[in-house]
Amino acid sequence: MERIPILRIGDLLLVTIQVDMHDRLAMTLQDDLTERIVRDEAKGVLIDISALDLVDSFIGRMISNTASMARVLDAQTVLVGMQPAVAITLVELGLTLTGVKTALNVERGMALLGKDFQHGARSDQAR
Amino acid sequence: MTMNASPASIGNLIVNHQDAILEAWLGDLRKLMVRSTSAADDQLKRHCSQFLALFAQATAKGGAEDGDGRAYDEVRGLLAEISSARAKQGSTPSETATFIFSLKQPLFSVMRDALSADAGMLAGALWTVSTLLDKLGLYTMEVFQKSRDQIIVRQQQELLELSTPVVKLWQDILALPLIGTLDSARTQVVMESLLQKIVETGAAIAIIDITGVPTVDTLVAQHLMKTIAAARLMGADCIISGIRPQIAQTIVHLGVNLEDVVTKATLADAFVVALGRVGASIKRI
Repeated sequence: MERIPILRIGDLLLVTIQVDMHDRLAMTLQDDLTERIVRDEAKGVLIDISALDLVDSFIGRMISNTASMARVLDAQTVLVGMQPAVAITLVELGLTLTGVKTALNVERGMALLGKDFQHGARSDQAR
Repeated sequence: MTMNASPASIGNLIVNHQDAILEAWLGDLRKLMVRSTSAADDQLKRHCSQFLALFAQATAKGGAEDGDGRAYDEVRGLLAEISSARAKQGSTPSETATFIFSLKQPLFSVMRDALSADAGMLAGALWTVSTLLDKLGLYTMEVFQKSRDQIIVRQQQELLELSTPVVKLWQDILALPLIGTLDSARTQVVMESLLQKIVETGAAIAIIDITGVPTVDTLVAQHLMKTIAAARLMGADCIISGIRPQIAQTIVHLGVNLEDVVTKATLADAFVVALGRVGASIKRI
């Protein structure tokens, strides 16, 4: 069965969705990702959807849910590389993904997470 | 009474008196023309003679009762050409309608001279020709209106393309100066061009300037929020600037929630905030 690979980079997990998402694949991804966050004690998750150019309401909700789940497991989640067409579709569907961080590309996403970590470390020291 | 023979005889009548009718008709039309140039006069002359020739042919061939018939295809084709040309030149509807209706007088006077012997036949023929010309006149107006509509649609599209520029102010900073009323169609274009530009330039922040938007109602606000939400999904933040005092009042009275969005009174203020976000600053030297 095909799976979406989850790559580990230091404290981060990188998920790149490069195939057409279908419903079962999305479900499997949720299982795998939550599993890996717990096992690897990941502090941040980058979900790269730059290759995704078609979404329906189900996939939109899955993306939103996956990001929220990662957040519940105390991993900062950034959704990166959303295409204009996908963004418009999600807004029209009423899925504005409130609370999920977004970035234009993986590089920016990593910078965003890095900044958060530094910020977190500093506040830890302060404590 | 030989009513049935009259259409063909009307056709023959026109052919026989073509030059005289053309002269009188042109005279009438010239009187009505406000400003005449030699080019316009040439065109008018050409249109008139072409129409008269085709009209005579059609009446001779197909009878005068049925203006919608096959025989009048060529006449209608010419009329369509004439009226769309007039629409493009900016003629008024009445000028265009007069083109056909002013043919009545010269035509009728020729018919009166030729058929003065038989009053009944004259009346019948006048009625037939009058109805026919009315029909053709209405057709002309229809085509005229259609051409005008096409022009309006084209101009609307051009306006849509012209009025949504996305400009790059600085590295990673885009500005979207909106001018004119925002409706659904325009929001769609605005949204698409903004998002496309974000992808192209990799901008992290976009300033939406609404100084040129005359009114902001709930619908416009909703459209703005949609655009901002879509940009945020792609990883770019938005700032709204150029909110005029009246608009600020309207927004609050309408209960529109703009609290999640950074708003600034002027584009300059918004630019300073944007520079701060991308880690740059302006300093006087």
